[in-house]
Amino acid sequence: MPTPPPIAIERLVKIYKTVPAVDGISFTLTPGSITALLGGNGAGKTTTIATIMGLVTPTSGRVTVLGAEMPRQRYRVLHRMNFESPYVEVPMRLTVRQNMKVFGKLYGVDDLPARIEQLGRELDLMDLLDRPTGKLSSGQKTRVALAKALVNNPDVLLLDEPTASLDPDTADWVRGHLERYCRERHATVLLASHNMVEVERLCDRVIIMKRGRIEDDDTPAKLLARYGRRTLEEVFLDVARGGSVESEAAQ
Amino acid sequence: MSAQDVVFSPRRVGAMMLRYWYLLRSSWPRLLDLVYWPTVQMLTWGFLQYYIANNAGFFARAGGTFIGAVLLWDILFRGQLGFSMSFLEEMWSRNLGNLMMSPLRPFEFITALMVMSVVRLSIGAVPVTLLAIAFFGFNLYALGLALVAFFFNLMLTSWAVGIFVSGLILRNGMGAENFAWSIMFLFMPLTCVYYPVTTLPIWLQPISWALPPTYVFEGMRELLIHKVFRGDLMIDALGLNALFFAAGIIGFLALLRSARRNGSLMQTGE
Repeated sequence: MPTPPPIAIERLVKIYKTVPAVDGISFTLTPGSITALLGGNGAGKTTTIATIMGLVTPTSGRVTVLGAEMPRQRYRVLHRMNFESPYVEVPMRLTVRQNMKVFGKLYGVDDLPARIEQLGRELDLMDLLDRPTGKLSSGQKTRVALAKALVNNPDVLLLDEPTASLDPDTADWVRGHLERYCRERHATVLLASHNMVEVERLCDRVIIMKRGRIEDDDTPAKLLARYGRRTLEEVFLDVARGGSVESEAAQ
Repeated sequence: MSAQDVVFSPRRVGAMMLRYWYLLRSSWPRLLDLVYWPTVQMLTWGFLQYYIANNAGFFARAGGTFIGAVLLWDILFRGQLGFSMSFLEEMWSRNLGNLMMSPLRPFEFITALMVMSVVRLSIGAVPVTLLAIAFFGFNLYALGLALVAFFFNLMLTSWAVGIFVSGLILRNGMGAENFAWSIMFLFMPLTCVYYPVTTLPIWLQPISWALPPTYVFEGMRELLIHKVFRGDLMIDALGLNALFFAAGIIGFLALLRSARRNGSLMQTGE
């Protein structure tokens, strides 16, 4: 029996009352890949990610994660997934260690004390483990959120702006850790970001969304070549402002 | 309801209880708040009862009905509030998304909230019942097994209401937070906490008898005034509570499904 893809989306539509947020998108991710989901505000990225996580029921279409249909069969796979988002926080009054204990138990992590120590070392959190999370700097909080996202060694990791509000040094450090994690675990990552440097460095595939549809989908190198641009930011602006390969060629 | 919704892991329930225990332990204002209002209520009504008892023959014989009513009302009110407060902590801390995307099942979440409501209630109620003995010589524990029946029935109602209100907040966001604070006060006049059901207009009495706490407060007055434990009232209350609890769970799951359809779980703010 073939291994199901980490994430497969077929003709996904999500309409809130009368407003379409996602309009018939399809894509499949391969195991061990890092894919960026790009798009301006209101492009449908967050709804797409929320649907993959089982937080939103599709209006039509099908979303599967590791072979389980979301949200109907979500409990078959939620323990193999995790996520990080600046719109969700780990409880601030609890210490880092307490948070790791709670989430580790929720995800059924074996030998939790050893896992907490390991994450503490890998994410440079050892000196912070017994401090309240709310008293940490924003960079430290992001590392804690990342530790929470990695506590169960997820096979599928969803990241929404993982380096937002971080200084360049910390952001670079977080990217390096994510790269290592995916390489070692062969984990699949779907990343929503507005940081094009981050996307160019981390991702082997870029999906660009606009008004709920997929506008383009390829490797960063092929996108740059197709649009005749030097950076992904220029490609993104072309798509966001309505430019296209065809119109560029016509000019 | 899918089969996956009813799979139950004590470990995940324990994880949630640990989360709330860490939170309570880390905040003395939260602990103080659990004791403060029950104490103020008990003292106010206790002194009122003390005054009336010295000036009216009937109330002199009805020793402890006001204080007993206050303490039992507090079980009902604080039980629901304790449930809803733990739930609201997740909204306030923007942690609900983390829980909804974790393997935690709705029944495990609800169980943890129910256990924590008993823990929170105990922290608040036990010192107050001891103060009632010290100030007014009213020993709630002297009610013995009747107290167990009263407590169990009141907690069931408080959980049923708490579960339903949590569903409303999930579906409608923090705009529905006020229900958590106010909904139980609708029960106060209708369940006849401080007076017999016969005090109500005749047309309102059937509504009162449709609410489980009414049977508990009537039962308490029977016990304190006539020294009779009415088991039949407790059985009636238990039957109604089973209906209330089932309705609370069904309502919660329906609102959760609706929240998934409407994308409300992504926006847990206003």
